[in-house]
Amino acid sequence: MQEKRRKLYHKRRVHFLLFLLPSLAGVTLFVLLPFLDVVKRSFQTAVTGEFTGIKNYGVIFQNQAFVLAVKNTARFTVVCIPFLVLLGLLVAFPLSTFKEAGVVKSVYLFPLAMPTATIVLVWKMVFYRQGFLNLLLTRLGEITGLWGEVAVDYLGTGASFWVLVGSYLWKNTGYTVVLWLAGILSIPSEFIEAAKVDGAGRWKCIRYIILPNLKGSFYTIVILSFLNSFKIYREAYLVAGSYPQEDIYLLQHLFNNWFVNMEFDKMAAAAVCVGIVLFGAIMLLQRIWDRAD
Amino acid sequence: MPVTGKKLYQSLRKYVTAGLLMIPAVLICLPVLLILTGSVMDSLEMKQYLLPVFGGGEGYIQWKLMPDYPTFEHYGRLLFMTPSFFVLFWNSVKLVGCILIGQMIVGVPAAWAFAAYPVRGSRALFALYVVLMLLPFQVTMLSSFLVLDRLSLMNTHAAIILPAVFSTFPIFLSYGGFRALPSQLMEAARIDGAGELRIFVKIALPLGKSGILSAIMLGFLEYWNLMEQPLAFLEDKALWPLSLYLPEISWTQAGFALCASFITLIPAAFVFVLGQDYLEQGIVYSGLKE
Repeated sequence: MQEKRRKLYHKRRVHFLLFLLPSLAGVTLFVLLPFLDVVKRSFQTAVTGEFTGIKNYGVIFQNQAFVLAVKNTARFTVVCIPFLVLLGLLVAFPLSTFKEAGVVKSVYLFPLAMPTATIVLVWKMVFYRQGFLNLLLTRLGEITGLWGEVAVDYLGTGASFWVLVGSYLWKNTGYTVVLWLAGILSIPSEFIEAAKVDGAGRWKCIRYIILPNLKGSFYTIVILSFLNSFKIYREAYLVAGSYPQEDIYLLQHLFNNWFVNMEFDKMAAAAVCVGIVLFGAIMLLQRIWDRAD
Repeated sequence: MPVTGKKLYQSLRKYVTAGLLMIPAVLICLPVLLILTGSVMDSLEMKQYLLPVFGGGEGYIQWKLMPDYPTFEHYGRLLFMTPSFFVLFWNSVKLVGCILIGQMIVGVPAAWAFAAYPVRGSRALFALYVVLMLLPFQVTMLSSFLVLDRLSLMNTHAAIILPAVFSTFPIFLSYGGFRALPSQLMEAARIDGAGELRIFVKIALPLGKSGILSAIMLGFLEYWNLMEQPLAFLEDKALWPLSLYLPEISWTQAGFALCASFITLIPAAFVFVLGQDYLEQGIVYSGLKE
């Protein structure tokens, strides 16, 4: 019996490896081994390959561009993710009670399908100093008499940060709504019925039944929003180029510029640092996640 | 009386919420409307409207949702007199096609391995795959470059296709579809004498197709919008995908640019409409936790 079970297990392992082999080989060759190489290079000089200890790490942390980029990227993430998570929830709640939610959902999802390049010209038309947004605000000011002409240059000043936040929300709200909706709809309706029978109102239902049951969705949404927040580089790059206004100079810009200038030593050290931070964040979230169950 | 009052209030509330939900929806659609109307606008008319924005003129930008001189000149120019547009269009098609096919060949069996053959260490390996999926391109850019350079693949389409083929994201999504299959099904097939490959082809693929299709959906939208990789790894502009061509058009040709934008949008919109259910399914799968 023991023998037979071992044989079965052995067979299963062979099948596992056979099905996984192409992927594992590719991932090892294209991701894992080169990443080890990058780790090694982070301790070497760029050209000669001499061992320099942790000098590269010291250099990047004193590098102004790196500090600025880390600061901006962190600020962007910290501002965007709570916004997005809340916005998604605010849309998903009323949507979950609708029978005809499909159309609304598609409209919210559509920006996800729009290639970034197609939207860039529109963004410029909206956010330039004499663009649509200022036109709208100025007209509003004229009508209400509350303020005069608005002439903010959204792309050349600190406001560019908020333009980026806005386009991130524009693109990703639909994604979040779908995830929240899936979470809300997976709560057994008996729970809510039972609470209603016990006399709970709409708000009490939300507070004590729905929200606690959405914990799993919450962590998922945070992770995915985090992942997608890195893709905002596309908008930033297309609207403002390699050296944008300094409030939206992100880590992604820095990596690209280092790559173009072949500063591989700094790049390697920074890639290792960012990799470690991300790995830590993912593990931490997973920890909290497991505890939530 | 109070009953109808309450009903009235309820249906009123429903319409008001629907209305409130539609406001952002309208905002979301405005850019599409701008692209569409701009693409059929006469160049001179467009220039006059856009001069304040791009040409340093006075006043504000203007727009007409019904152009005074609607024209298809941009479409004509783009489709019949700009061969480079077609080169880039086909580049995009080739890149997306090769990546998706490769991902299916490599990724779907891998997902099946994780779903159907739990062995010691497979969970840890899967966790590693998830971490790899979450690393942004910038972190892996240098490592990809090092290996592509050694294989002398830089400045070829393979430099974009190969790393993308081994992305672990489609594995994660397909795994979501396979995981829903009951394991008794495989047991039964095995007792009936089916081999493992047969089980994979005849049972897993047809029944787990929602995960695979959603991987294709999300993959298409992602790679049709490909930017970072070609920007870093393709020097020759003739190899670029469409998504990098559009920003190269100057504002003086705004109508032309909007027209190119619209044509770029068509395949994405088409796939979106065709496979929205799978897209949603894919988003839900991407949210499934281990």
